[in-house]
Amino acid sequence: MSGGVDSAVAAARAAAAGHDVTGVHLALSRNPQTYRSGARGCCTLEDSRDARRAADVIGIPFYVWDMADRFHEDVVDDFVAEYAAGRTPNPCLRCNEKIKFAAVLDRAIALGFDAVVTGHHARLGADGLLRRSVDLPKDQSYVLAVLNREQLDRSMFPLGDTTKAQVREEAAARGLSVADKPDSHDICFIADGDTRGFLAERLGEEPGDIVDALTGAVVGSHAGAYAYTVGQRRGLNIGVPAPDGKPRYVLSITPVTNTVTVGPAESLEVGTVAGERPVWTGGALPDGPVECEVQLRAHGTPVPAVVTLVDGVLTAELRKPARGVAPGQAVVAYRPDPAGDIVLGSATIS
Amino acid sequence: MLDEAIEAYAATAREVGNPSSLHAAGRCARRHVEESRERIAAALGARPSEVIFTGGGTEADNLAVKGIYWARRAERPGRVRVIASSVEHHAVLDSVEWLVRHEGAVATWLPVDEAGRLDPATLAEALDDDVALVTAMWANNEVGTVQPVADLAALAAAARVPFHTDAVQAVGQVPVDFAASGAAALTVTGHKLGGPVGVGALLLGRDVPATPLQHGGGQERDVRSGTLDAPGIVAFAVAVESSVKSQREYAARVSALRDALVDGVRAVAPDVIYNGDPVDRLPSNAHFSFPGCEGDALLLLLDAQGVACSTGSACSAGVAQPSHVLIAMGNDDDRARSSLRFTLGHTSTQADVDALVAALPAAVERARRAGLIKSSR
Repeated sequence: MSGGVDSAVAAARAAAAGHDVTGVHLALSRNPQTYRSGARGCCTLEDSRDARRAADVIGIPFYVWDMADRFHEDVVDDFVAEYAAGRTPNPCLRCNEKIKFAAVLDRAIALGFDAVVTGHHARLGADGLLRRSVDLPKDQSYVLAVLNREQLDRSMFPLGDTTKAQVREEAAARGLSVADKPDSHDICFIADGDTRGFLAERLGEEPGDIVDALTGAVVGSHAGAYAYTVGQRRGLNIGVPAPDGKPRYVLSITPVTNTVTVGPAESLEVGTVAGERPVWTGGALPDGPVECEVQLRAHGTPVPAVVTLVDGVLTAELRKPARGVAPGQAVVAYRPDPAGDIVLGSATIS
Repeated sequence: MLDEAIEAYAATAREVGNPSSLHAAGRCARRHVEESRERIAAALGARPSEVIFTGGGTEADNLAVKGIYWARRAERPGRVRVIASSVEHHAVLDSVEWLVRHEGAVATWLPVDEAGRLDPATLAEALDDDVALVTAMWANNEVGTVQPVADLAALAAAARVPFHTDAVQAVGQVPVDFAASGAAALTVTGHKLGGPVGVGALLLGRDVPATPLQHGGGQERDVRSGTLDAPGIVAFAVAVESSVKSQREYAARVSALRDALVDGVRAVAPDVIYNGDPVDRLPSNAHFSFPGCEGDALLLLLDAQGVACSTGSACSAGVAQPSHVLIAMGNDDDRARSSLRFTLGHTSTQADVDALVAALPAAVERARRAGLIKSSR
């Protein structure tokens, strides 16, 4: 229970369904005042109070579990290391994989619980298939697609058949004071939303060149290649205009030479995406090509593709090229379905 | 709350009257308050004028530590040292630390042995002419160890230094006599002995200087301003009187029950460690370490079985902290985090003990599994 409206309603629904529910709030900051203090009127202390208050209203026990060390090692340190390696990580996905559905789940199972219930917007029915939420703009199946079969078998997502607006209405009807609490957006461990500043503090300034992919010319400089993401256009501060006058985008980041390579939008187009560390939960492992759709970043538009899974590498041949495919993000394969698109599997874009 | 305390509270609450008012209703309320003061004084071996009513134990501890410190320092500016035991309740501990951070105080923390017991010799050694006050609790709230308060108070008195003792845990549990103890100030509170929450007292010797924390109407010898809570005070007095009167009988009954609890816990969890002084301890207190388990996991599991117990304390966000008491007793973080306190009360029965002993083996097994996961990553 994060202190937000979704997990409060998920807990209330699970309790109303007759489950023996215990509320758990995760303390993720080593110094409880530092995450999200001030700016949004939202901080861990206040969140933990909101979560406790919701648990009291629902009438379930409530505990705070200290996961700060694991969170730092598995999510925050990983986040920094990924950027340092020129990739663009998704920390929410990593937190689901390593904390919520691993450290928390394992502890819960050891203590005699059967499953972890969260307020994620995704559907997980009796067929064991993970599907998109009915509320497509709020769908979170992308950040859950990293979960393996064992994890999904011990998970419950009671909100998947409900829109966010309905969740808020239900929270109000249940007397939960978090009904109109604003959604959280930014990365929870970066208080001011300044990811570049957060990374600079940890990785230091490392000036290097911005190179034009077509001409090979140095067209600018940067203070650290880690601060850039493939597909990024803003904030490049390129002094020399492109010969054709068109905008240039980050095409790649090369940590070894500390170089950021830029070029025109067309050069961003990718026809094949390879992913490592695949998981496959949408049925038996495929022994041949699978016609499906792939999503290449959170809230990205799905692209028709043919996916193969060979020797621990997931390869997606895109039916039409996609732009802004960043290593470190997840490639998630979906099978379109009238009852909600089904997550087939996922991998980390390499 | 004791039934008779609830009845006394309700009866007084139905009457109107501010004890500070001069009209008839005020006089009536004042009479209730002063009779209560006399009853509390008589029950605790104090003079009525030594009873300063407060809003509970925390306020009384703050008043004693800060008030006496300020007054003594005002008498002589170099008198800035505060001697305190290292196992105090946070109401004392944090008050001392606040004085260190903001008021130029210098703290000397007295060590305890592995049973949580103070050695008067360490106080004798620490006393000097720069000491503003000494504070040491009568009995520890976590591990239940009863301190040699009279010995400590005598040493402080010989050095002409005021001695304060937080007796919140002790009154009604063990014999407490303010005059006989030799203490200059003593904290007592209502909710630990069957009275209401939010009312307590500082017993403060007539000649002990204390600077007030709050200012206003000049109530309570000008040391603690604020309209007196007549119903709460009346109920508090009823509870103090009742718990002191029944202390001997209560202690005999509850300590027998506690011993049964300890035997039962040891029988089902043979590797358990019984913390605190095995003899000089509160009759209601049983405190254990369960090796390999986390106290908060055990608490969760036992709570689900209807057994209410406590770990140390939690930070404001709710994260369990290793107990400073267990640490002061020479234990490491793991041992401190593996500990759990069971407290019995006047309504506890053998059936309660049996229910705990029945629920414990499964809880310990699960908590140990959860503990393994954490350490094996």
